[in-house]
Amino acid sequence: MKTRREFIKVSTIGVGSLAAAGGLLSSLPIKDIFGQSQKVENNKSNANKQFPTYCEICFWQCAAWVQTDENGEIKSVTGNVDDPHCNGRLCPRGTAGVGMYKDEDRLKNPKIRTTVNGKQVFKDVTWEEALDYIAVKMKKIKVEHGAECTALFTHGSGGKFLGHLLQAFGSTNIAAPSYAQCRGPREVGFIATFGAGIGSPEPTDIRNSRCLVLIGSHIGENMHNGQVQEMSDMIRNNATIITVDPRFSTAASKSKYWLPIKPATDLALLLAWIHEIIYNDYYDKAYIEKYAHGFAELKEHVKNYTPEWAYGITTIEPHVIRETAREMRNASPSVIIHPGRHVTWYGDDTQRLRAVAILNALLGSWGRRGGFYNPESLHLPNFPAPKYPKPNRDWRDAFPGKFNLAGLALASGVCDATVPSITRDCNIKGWIVNGTNLIETLPDQANTIKAIEALDLLVVIDTMPMEITGYADVILPECTYLERYDEIRTSAHRFPTFALRMPAHAPLYDSKPDWWIAKELGNRLGLSDYFAYKDIEEMLDWQLKSVGSSLEEMQKIGVKKFDREEDNLYSLNGEDYEFNTNTGKIELYSTALEEEGFDPMPKYTAHPEPEAGFYRLNYGRAPMHTFSRTANNPQLFELMEENVVWVNPKIAEEWSLANGQEVWLENQDGVVTEFPIKVRVTERIRFDSVYMVHGFGHSKKQLSRAYGRGASDTQLVTRVMLDPIMGGTGMRGNFVTFHTSKPEKTVPDSRKVESSKLVKEEGGKA
Amino acid sequence: MRYAMAIDTNLCVGCSDCVVACQVENNVPVGYARDWVVEVTEGTYPNLAIELRSERCNHCDNSPCVRACPTGASHYAEGGIVLVTPEECIGCAACIESCPYDARFTHPDGYADKCTFCIHRVQNGQDPACVSVCPTTCMTFGDMDDPNSDISKLVKSRKSKVLAPEAGTNPNIYYLT
Repeated sequence: MKTRREFIKVSTIGVGSLAAAGGLLSSLPIKDIFGQSQKVENNKSNANKQFPTYCEICFWQCAAWVQTDENGEIKSVTGNVDDPHCNGRLCPRGTAGVGMYKDEDRLKNPKIRTTVNGKQVFKDVTWEEALDYIAVKMKKIKVEHGAECTALFTHGSGGKFLGHLLQAFGSTNIAAPSYAQCRGPREVGFIATFGAGIGSPEPTDIRNSRCLVLIGSHIGENMHNGQVQEMSDMIRNNATIITVDPRFSTAASKSKYWLPIKPATDLALLLAWIHEIIYNDYYDKAYIEKYAHGFAELKEHVKNYTPEWAYGITTIEPHVIRETAREMRNASPSVIIHPGRHVTWYGDDTQRLRAVAILNALLGSWGRRGGFYNPESLHLPNFPAPKYPKPNRDWRDAFPGKFNLAGLALASGVCDATVPSITRDCNIKGWIVNGTNLIETLPDQANTIKAIEALDLLVVIDTMPMEITGYADVILPECTYLERYDEIRTSAHRFPTFALRMPAHAPLYDSKPDWWIAKELGNRLGLSDYFAYKDIEEMLDWQLKSVGSSLEEMQKIGVKKFDREEDNLYSLNGEDYEFNTNTGKIELYSTALEEEGFDPMPKYTAHPEPEAGFYRLNYGRAPMHTFSRTANNPQLFELMEENVVWVNPKIAEEWSLANGQEVWLENQDGVVTEFPIKVRVTERIRFDSVYMVHGFGHSKKQLSRAYGRGASDTQLVTRVMLDPIMGGTGMRGNFVTFHTSKPEKTVPDSRKVESSKLVKEEGGKA
Repeated sequence: MRYAMAIDTNLCVGCSDCVVACQVENNVPVGYARDWVVEVTEGTYPNLAIELRSERCNHCDNSPCVRACPTGASHYAEGGIVLVTPEECIGCAACIESCPYDARFTHPDGYADKCTFCIHRVQNGQDPACVSVCPTTCMTFGDMDDPNSDISKLVKSRKSKVLAPEAGTNPNIYYLT
């Protein structure tokens, strides 16, 4: 039976169960988690040591050392010099890793939603009770609907163990918002062109490049460490940077050319550049002749996409388009049209990224020094386990015939497949959400909440109380990365590396690592064969020994570097090569897209524009924060307590807005930010758009620092421009206007009813 | 020996890693900072320029703070590093008033506090924490009296400026522009 799910603040009842938690701890000897070689539970014996880790504050996963003080308490985190992700230098978030561990607002013990006197509250429970509860619910879903009606949303290292659990259970609905809400279109666009995606870290050879073109990518504000470092090398080498951005970003300020483009018109500029490069014979003829398919078709296709044509759309003057095209030609093939990372903007994002890929192909930068290198990784074998059962259905059944080119599950797709529909027999009934605050991550919050209300089970595993934890049936407190082992990092780079994460301290409070949670749940679901190791140390040691290393070795060095197997860092200097595309060539003309019924070559389409008095909402990153995850980190909070909305001085004058004044933003659907946001009057933003850093405006009171600070851009993203090719959720078609006092809400459309319900239930605020 | 720092404003992205690294290294209490980042925007859209600068105590050769200190708590240490001896500081804040760079603050324990150029690290042959952490490697620390040091060569070969030269403090932080 469907029960109403109220948003609950993480507050608890039941002192009695706390005592039980203590009892459980003793039944789980700490050495099972940490092993006997590392007596981290004994702080004193841990004094003045250093332990290897890799950072979990963002996805860049820089390898680091964790230092302890004379009391065995974690003191600092510093970069590992052997790591190509960071070269010994962490970013501010990594340096502030201790703040994540020490945050006194952390989730401290497991909780279950229960009803007391007609009011839903969270009750403190033991791990035993929480895990038993989840297992019973999961088995019930399996019996009533099928195991494939469960899903995992994850954005963190621990998700690998939970994903393994879910697949063993019988579901492949495993999604990360980093695909359909972020980098998915670039992967699909590059796969369609080169037969290979970009991956992470991006294999951009920035430090050797002579020309870097950034399309809305704000390196330096997005603190993707290795890239920031290499961009710095470029600046030092006096190489050319061309930045296309309606905002004068930090990167724009370091650029030889800043193209202050009209928002939503990037594809027109890219097509004009392609036109210039082809019709002026700037392209790499030998490279195109040897490796590319469809040049003649492309040449014909872009015939009319002249700089003059693009000028009318982009506001970038034709001579600037020509000059920058020449700059790219002069640097070719050591040129990078950067694929960016968060690219789900306008719904035609795969096609825009196709244009980026085509431009790189024409300039011969793929597989060339100063362009894109050929990354290499070394894979570890999985610990022996039975084969996964094959589910009969998955989230894709909710979208028959659609998104066939999506290479990974869509978080938004899994969410939509959860919203009940009479036309489907597979509505997802159970979610495990790990390390991703879906309320602030997925667009269209009302839709996310509708899906959540249809669930039989929502388990949230996190280190911090987040908006999503308020909707959970069960909350499991995960320990931070500084308190746990995880899988070995085996990322691809210029050369392969392994990086180890191990605990520098026993988990604070009653928190646990995901590997343990997954194994314990596995045992309860009759899946213990899939978790045949005693503990993670046994698993890691087995994996490492299979490639001639060992856990003991990794504990000493943290990062192990390997030589490349093949000397092909730059592999396309005339060598024969078969690309993983239908034609075996770089597809300027995409046969894969054509087969699926999409344009084989990118076309420009105009996107909706704001009405008078509204401004396009652009959002981005600040170097000291990661999404909504770090807003409460005591050290990072000090660096940036809240976001502000950037407003051009002319617009500020029009609205009589002063610097520092608080405003509420309202979007074209009548949704108003829950909290006010301060205005930053700055010349750095175009007159037709506003800008704010993503990840603020937390409505969770338990975030004692971050609560109510700034505004949530996600709340304003109610219009989604869906990418028909791969299901990416374009989020830059939302327009906002200003209110100097909080407006009364009167218009009762369904979306607003939902969002006001959320607010009311949370704190009774009107 | 004259310790100094050169900070390349063309490389700095204003990430504030130097601020966190200093806080962690020196146990700077919550709410205080010994270094900070300044952003200066000039021009009007679209003809703009930004300068990003990591700022801190300038360890001036002619330090008004040392002169203002009635007890001698503020003093020059090796290589011209300006330090405060907390035990000798009476918390009168005369030094804080005298500093043209606003680089000093009263520590919650009552004494004047500020950047030490991480002298405890420098004595061990390490760079200050801010310098060693910076992802853009925009900061260079060293001895200006040694003509072969990286910093001497940088300051010689690049255009640079110091802050508030009119104050006559002879600061030892150079901003490469």
